[in-house]
Amino acid sequence: MFSFCSDPSTLEGGKWLACYLTTGKHMAFYQSFGTVLGLLFVTAPVALLFGFLGAMAARSHFTPMRWLGRIYMAVVRGVPDIAFFLFFVIALDQGIEWLRHKALCPDWTEPVRQGNDFVVCPAAKMPLSSAPQWIHDTYSFSLAVFTFAIVFGAFAANVLFGAMRAVPRPQMETAEAYGMSHRQAFWRIMVPQMWVFALPGLSNLWMILIKATPLLFLLGIKDIVYYAKELGGYKTQAFAYPHPDWRVFYFLGLLVFYLLFTKASQIVLDKIMRRLTHGQATLGASFDKEVTA
Amino acid sequence: MKKLMLTTAALAFSASFATAGETIRMGTEGAYPPYNFVNDAGEVDGFERELGDELCKRAELTCTWVTNDWDSIIPNLVSGNYDTIIAGMSITPERDQVIDFTEAYLPPAPSAYMALSENVDLKGGVIAAQTGTIQANYVANSGATVVEFATADETIAAVKNGEADAVLADKDYLSPIVAESGGTFVFVGDDIPIGGGVGMGIRESDGELKAKFNKAIESMKADGSLGTMTKKWFGEDASTY
Repeated sequence: MFSFCSDPSTLEGGKWLACYLTTGKHMAFYQSFGTVLGLLFVTAPVALLFGFLGAMAARSHFTPMRWLGRIYMAVVRGVPDIAFFLFFVIALDQGIEWLRHKALCPDWTEPVRQGNDFVVCPAAKMPLSSAPQWIHDTYSFSLAVFTFAIVFGAFAANVLFGAMRAVPRPQMETAEAYGMSHRQAFWRIMVPQMWVFALPGLSNLWMILIKATPLLFLLGIKDIVYYAKELGGYKTQAFAYPHPDWRVFYFLGLLVFYLLFTKASQIVLDKIMRRLTHGQATLGASFDKEVTA
Repeated sequence: MKKLMLTTAALAFSASFATAGETIRMGTEGAYPPYNFVNDAGEVDGFERELGDELCKRAELTCTWVTNDWDSIIPNLVSGNYDTIIAGMSITPERDQVIDFTEAYLPPAPSAYMALSENVDLKGGVIAAQTGTIQANYVANSGATVVEFATADETIAAVKNGEADAVLADKDYLSPIVAESGGTFVFVGDDIPIGGGVGMGIRESDGELKAKFNKAIESMKADGSLGTMTKKWFGEDASTY
């Protein structure tokens, strides 16, 4: 990075630290904060969408649809996250490769399962083994977003399902009295009003999602916790910048990051809550008026 | 404009299909210096990086490097996320049931106990070892209590923190740590001769690739370059082929 960094063994003090903190590996560490934030900001809306669809399905008048929604909520919420992340991702990846194998290599005669091995033709590999590293990274990142969205979508579905039920029945009856169809009443009356009931649950989920990001490493993505562990670990003379075990400093840094991030989230969520309760005949709105008055 | 972009994207896509040939993905742990580690530039480095690149050159293969957790390094090989394991993995009968090994590129090397002082109880104490290693297996059968960690680095930290009395690991891994600790760490007891040499792990269905690497390893043994490389990374008195 700096011109004086060419021979690390001669450096001392501040210069050594400046060079140390700007090595390629540290740069990758700083970038991984972006990876984590990116994951959060992509996953949250997708999970919310899954949750909304799940809740709608669970309320459906069409029985198989209702069953589907309820099974999704029950099964995904019941399976431990780690088991889900280990099993589901490998299964999903192999499923995609198997479909591509069927489509792209119809002439392939060898079986896909050979003992322990899972073998598809080279053209069906996802991504191709010749693809540059960033494609591999993007692919595993997409798998991660999808998996996180399914898991958190199930919890969000449950929260939204409850929130939809919490909207006072007279509101819906009034809508019907005005001649709105079932669909119109759902979109115009229920959905705008349910958010205030859903928000506490959803904000919990957001906080849990923030803290669940270290699970990324299970999916082969190098997140901030991986780098903190890797960079902080004991370094012998085999490395250009040998140092003792510094993990405690790196993890302190992560602690500060997570605390600041959850604090900032809390501020934003409080603002949203104030907006949503505005003008509503709920305790939250009147309480808020007293506090801000 | 949109159409143009789509065409370019389609072209780029088909081009990447056309070049889908022999790229071998080399899987390693990247946390076991001097065998393999991720250097300060963020690249895979170490004895196995240099060896792997040379083997690929001799076998006329294009290789790329991937790191993977030690814990799941075998499952990810058999499910096809990469094509080889080159991560200081000892050839054992248990592993050989799941994957295949090339012939050894490092002869059987001893393991050793490392602790803070010489008077620790190796038979009845608490010994740290990395999960899924021959050392963890050995400690479990020795009567001592084994505590397992995901990385080798954490086993060292455990001894330093007093969480474990000693650590059992490859002596080649521990030697630089003992030498640079300024007397904090010492070797305890005799060397333990376990392990059957270190080889590359290959899927059982991938006989062709195994043959290619075997040929390359043999040629490096024959012209002495493997011995030179081993001495460069493990010191002059390392046992070599």
